Amino acid sequence: MSFLINNTIGADDAYTLGPLQAGPPCCVPEPLIRVENLSLHYGGKPALENVSLDIYKGCITTLIGPSGCGKTSFLSALNRLTDMIPDCHISGNINFANKDIRHPALDVQALRRDIGMIFQKPTPFPMSIRRNIELPLREHGVSKRTELNDIVQQVLQDVGLWDEVNGRLESPAQALSGGQQQRLCIARALALAPKVLLMDEPCSALDPISSGVVEDLIQRLREKYTVVIVTHNLAQAKRIANYAGFFWVKEQAGCLIEFGQCKQIFDSPTHELTAAYVNGIRG
Amino acid sequence: MSLPRTDKQLVALLRICALIAASILLLILFFLIDESRPVLQHVALTRFVTDASWHPAQGLYKLTPMLSATLYATIGALLLATPLGIASALFCSYYAPSLFAGCYRRLIAVLAGIPSVVYGFWGLTTLAPIIGHLHPPGVSLVTGVVVLTLMILPTVALTVDAALAAVPVAYLRSGAALGLSHWGLISGVALPAAHSGIAAGIMLAAGRAIGETMAVLMVAGNVAEQPHSIFDPVRTLTANIALEMAYATGNHRAALFVSGLALMTVVVMLVSTAELFKKNTHKHV
Amino acid sequence: MSKSDLARVLIWLAAALVSGVFVWLLADILVHGLSRLSWSFLVEAPRNAGRSGGIGSIIISTGLILLVTMVMAGPLSLATAVLLSEFSQHDSVFRCLVRPSLDVLAGVPSIVFGLFGNAFFCIYLGLGFSILSGGLTLACMVLPVLIRTAEEGLMAVPNDYRMAAAALGMSRSAALVHLLLPAATPAMVAGSMLGIGRAIGETAALIFTSGYVDRMPESLFDSGRSLSVHIYDLSMNVAGGDANAYSSALVLIILLLVINSITLRLAKQWLHKSVAV
Repeated sequence: MSFLINNTIGADDAYTLGPLQAGPPCCVPEPLIRVENLSLHYGGKPALENVSLDIYKGCITTLIGPSGCGKTSFLSALNRLTDMIPDCHISGNINFANKDIRHPALDVQALRRDIGMIFQKPTPFPMSIRRNIELPLREHGVSKRTELNDIVQQVLQDVGLWDEVNGRLESPAQALSGGQQQRLCIARALALAPKVLLMDEPCSALDPISSGVVEDLIQRLREKYTVVIVTHNLAQAKRIANYAGFFWVKEQAGCLIEFGQCKQIFDSPTHELTAAYVNGIRG
Repeated sequence: MSLPRTDKQLVALLRICALIAASILLLILFFLIDESRPVLQHVALTRFVTDASWHPAQGLYKLTPMLSATLYATIGALLLATPLGIASALFCSYYAPSLFAGCYRRLIAVLAGIPSVVYGFWGLTTLAPIIGHLHPPGVSLVTGVVVLTLMILPTVALTVDAALAAVPVAYLRSGAALGLSHWGLISGVALPAAHSGIAAGIMLAAGRAIGETMAVLMVAGNVAEQPHSIFDPVRTLTANIALEMAYATGNHRAALFVSGLALMTVVVMLVSTAELFKKNTHKHV
Repeated sequence: MSKSDLARVLIWLAAALVSGVFVWLLADILVHGLSRLSWSFLVEAPRNAGRSGGIGSIIISTGLILLVTMVMAGPLSLATAVLLSEFSQHDSVFRCLVRPSLDVLAGVPSIVFGLFGNAFFCIYLGLGFSILSGGLTLACMVLPVLIRTAEEGLMAVPNDYRMAAAALGMSRSAALVHLLLPAATPAMVAGSMLGIGRAIGETAALIFTSGYVDRMPESLFDSGRSLSVHIYDLSMNVAGGDANAYSSALVLIILLLVINSITLRLAKQWLHKSVAV
């Protein structure tokens, strides 16, 4: 299993930007995740009503909209993290690579290996940097010392942390800075070789410089991975995304107002609410 | 939700353990009732009150002297421990400089952990002779009350202390801004705001006093007679069980189990009510 | 004199009275107990019904009783706490059954445990007066305390960890073993110390279950006398036993103080950990 990313950066120059791939890809990509009529409610209170959209393979899809529109709930449904929330009920279809992920017999752990998640607040486990990455790997069956070492080094290089932490891999992960912690969490998720990465406002808890570093990293993930990112930062969304979905609240439940290619959503939105939001008039 | 196999096995194991833990209470009730049955079948409940005296060997089961002893000892201890305990808590929260308050709290916490047998022992060797000088014999109801007071005081103090700590500082600031004096703030704002915690503390202390065995056994004397003055030696319900279990058989033994059952009911009700009051303290705040 | 001044005087007086009496109690035991306290006192066997000699066999018996208590109550309480905090929803059947039962159990007086232990462990299960009976009875007594502290320790672990572990496809049991239990360990050890402290001072529950024999026990089925039962016996049934009773009481208090300070230190560490994260 190869974990090499097409690195456009030199080994000694961790933050040089490679050529960015903003705008739509050259050929029409296939949908990797298809969501049909997804509705979600917590103990009777609706959070999402009838959301339908496609997540395209190898692209960065951003979900924008004000707080409370169900974007995080939507994300949690995609890797069935909603199973862990008490009293949460879902209806509708979610298909990942042509499999219905809501089927009761589905191996949820394997699903979460294919669909990884990064949270808003960086959550490194209270253990060493190395063990943070090795623990999930071991749980998924990787046990050979050489294999583990290779993966740890590779993913830390991919996120640009290797030069900073090489030599102190046994030190506690929680002693790292916020930006480093978030990159560690991304490395941890990448170690499982996922197909999709779900990111819930990954930069919002970070200072501007760390935020920039993480944003660059996300852009380098394009093509090799499929990324779905929730963000409040419209400028960031415009910078990095291929596709955008705009969420809003209607009758106290979140819903999808418009979905399409990023350029179109921001420059010539169809719906007037979308236009109002992206131009800062509302929300 | 499909749990992986290891999780399913784990949950099954955990459930078995939890059920074992939950069934202990049921076991206790079952065995207590089972052991009490012989005497309940042959002796009418009213005889526990109307018989001439407590002489199980002769078939006499009057429990009222022991019930009175428990009641008087508990009430006496509560009357002494409640003001002292509340005063201790007030001392820690509002009067003592922080160094003293820390030491005092630590002292109270240590004393809460001292076993009852040590209290009883000290009462027997030190308190009883002193009280005996005043009015013989030394081991009597009043000695029992004093020792019980010492034992339940930390309970009252610690519970009230926690309740006072939960009073929002905003209340006190508003009261001060309205020109209330120091005592006015305490009596008018802090204590009323902490009233459910205080009630909880008193009930917990009462539960502890009623259920206390060793200390009262050692210092209250050993006479199963109705007390007529505070200097009379008495025997509480708990002491009765402890003293006679060693050699009781048949109906006698069953009668002791009956008193145990009664004790358990009263104490459990007190403690449960106290916990409800404690929860209310937090809800309020 | 204003009301506030009067209140101040009275409260200081009350505090002085309370601390005075308690210091008197502790000092009394210290002064009288030191006279016979020595290494030989701690290891020798009691002689002459305990009037002379030491408390060697008593300490061993006490230790064995505590061992039985913790070995039986420890895993059971951990399992129950894990179920209550990690694997049951708020309205599940188990929560509704187990929680109230434990809350009531916590309030049962110790003499009632003595009655139960005698009826169930000594007679029904046929264990007789033995260290095993005593330890099992105490295990029932400390179970609520252990469960509550373990539960609190687990609930204090931030939920972010559970979510992150799940998102990485880790099973609940893996997350529990590698992440949650290690993080909750200081709280659980503090809880165990609390349980041991309670158990060590227990007398009423042990008199009818582990008995009075002051010889060195040869097995768990032998009767054994705990330290607190020894103090009781010396002061009530043995004329002239006061001197050794004082020393035994001093040993007991010192043990409790040591356990108390370990608990405090662990609790501080636990608080520091859960806040820092």
